[in-house]
Amino acid sequence: MKPATWPRSDKSRERLMVLDRESGALSVRSFFELPSLLDEGDLIVVNDAATLPGVLRFRHHELEAELRLAAFDGGTTFRAIVFGAGDHRIPTEERGPAPVLASGEILEVGEGLSLEVVGVDPVHPRLVTVSFLGPEERVWSGIVASGRPVQYSYVDRPLSLYHVETVFASRPWAAEMPSAGRPLTFGLLRAFEARGIGLARLTHGAGLSSTGDPALDARLPLRERFDIPEVTADAVHAVRERGRRVVAVGTSVVRALEASARRGNGAVVAGEATTELRLGRDERPMVVDAVLTGMHEPGTSHFELLEGFADRPHLEAACALGTREGFLLHEFGDSLLVVGAARRRLPVAA
Amino acid sequence: MSRTETSPKLETALVTGASRGLGRALAGELARRGIRVVLAARGEDEVREVAASIRASGGEAHALRFDVTDKEAVAGAAAAAAALVGPIDVLVHNASSLGPVPMPLLLDTACEDLAAVLETNLVGPFRLTKAVAGSMALRKRGVVVFVSSDAAVSAYPGWGAYGVSKAAADHLARSFASELEPSGLVFFALDPGEMDTAMHRAALPEADPSTLERPERVAAVLADLILGGAKSGDRFVAPDLITRRMQVAGGER
Repeated sequence: MKPATWPRSDKSRERLMVLDRESGALSVRSFFELPSLLDEGDLIVVNDAATLPGVLRFRHHELEAELRLAAFDGGTTFRAIVFGAGDHRIPTEERGPAPVLASGEILEVGEGLSLEVVGVDPVHPRLVTVSFLGPEERVWSGIVASGRPVQYSYVDRPLSLYHVETVFASRPWAAEMPSAGRPLTFGLLRAFEARGIGLARLTHGAGLSSTGDPALDARLPLRERFDIPEVTADAVHAVRERGRRVVAVGTSVVRALEASARRGNGAVVAGEATTELRLGRDERPMVVDAVLTGMHEPGTSHFELLEGFADRPHLEAACALGTREGFLLHEFGDSLLVVGAARRRLPVAA
Repeated sequence: MSRTETSPKLETALVTGASRGLGRALAGELARRGIRVVLAARGEDEVREVAASIRASGGEAHALRFDVTDKEAVAGAAAAAAALVGPIDVLVHNASSLGPVPMPLLLDTACEDLAAVLETNLVGPFRLTKAVAGSMALRKRGVVVFVSSDAAVSAYPGWGAYGVSKAAADHLARSFASELEPSGLVFFALDPGEMDTAMHRAALPEADPSTLERPERVAAVLADLILGGAKSGDRFVAPDLITRRMQVAGGER
């Protein structure tokens, strides 16, 4: 499959592949058919994290360098990845050598915006923890004035922040756009409601998806922060009690709900927490019945997560059909719905 | 951080044009009533001073540099506001432009000046609403206010460009109200009346300040409307509300 190089201006042309989890049956649809593919009583859960403009440039001993905020740690502290000279037009793996930062260093990363390096990963020194300096209002004014959204070399032109925000974006916790929710228009949300399909939200600080270094990439996804409102936890329980389906919009929603359910012995717990959970063939979802996501190819952490939902041959067949049908990859690409009957309800510990 | 969403209680607000006049008074009033407020304005130093003075009186307030006409800045402003106080429950479109002053007659108004007034008073608020109200709709909680003017309803010589922009913004509020009422959101417009503000002095320098309303009194009735469940789609006139408020207060004596 080829990458989508720019957001489609006409959202009615977004495409959707549907994979039946059990039978492996595939069908190709318009994204606008999504409401008709779900049933009354099902619950859609979206990630309402806004995208951080988290790409910041700085100079280090006279050399150009870049910092990408990679995961939100609360307040104005983030884990970040250091990049060498170059910009988004250069594939991340071909960038110049990244400067090695030391704990305690102060970097100026924008006009009136500086941060302190408060930690450097002992194994991968490009992975650092940074805390911005100064009152929060100055920090956030500075981040949104100086930062740019993450973009990769397959994207045609410089992106604006509004290209990478969903219609329901709220707190900027996501290092990259929670892209599964990107094709959801407000009209579609209304169509779900009209069909009796529930809509709930959580906030999940999706981390960076690529560092350009295979060894560092193997550690992704990083520990991520999420916040599940009580109404969402209640709605998930109610839907499962009734034997209806929980449909996660995006792997970030899967990660949050499943991490929470593991803390709660099968019951999604409301509140803020962090997770390092890795889902896949050996760690299957407990509460999420279906997932709406982008098209993902084997070898990516997203594909691995999907193996928790469907067998690998079925997912590979979806990719093959996607290639034949001209489906597009990545954050501005087409969508995949992996769906099936509701999971048998596990006993929930009180 | 996590809050239950069964409670309709409004907790956070973003006010544009908050460094002076009505915006400043309203931000202070909302903070006094326990709302966490983000004050947005073009002049960063000025708005920081206002936010600091609200904090000094015990409220939670944060300043944000934001130019409502900067298309590239809208998503960032919405994100920064939510980062500072949490998902935004109340959005007040108060920043406004008169266009060139002294205000020219329409036949003497450059087309570009009309477009610039519409950009500040209509398109900018539309963009910011788009960046904020989707999250409100998902949370089924939110109030969006468009600060309007008598010039939106009556035509006065010299007030054409401004009046057109405000009339359009009034209708934008009504249109949003019609679309988002099923999501439980409240959109309304408020004509604040003639206030003793820098903006009024720019438009009508000869006006006698003693005949003008203090922005703090308008802010008090506007805060009542925001927190007291105004009907979505309505348009309010502050001087009428202030008169009614005084009659009620007088009757209780």
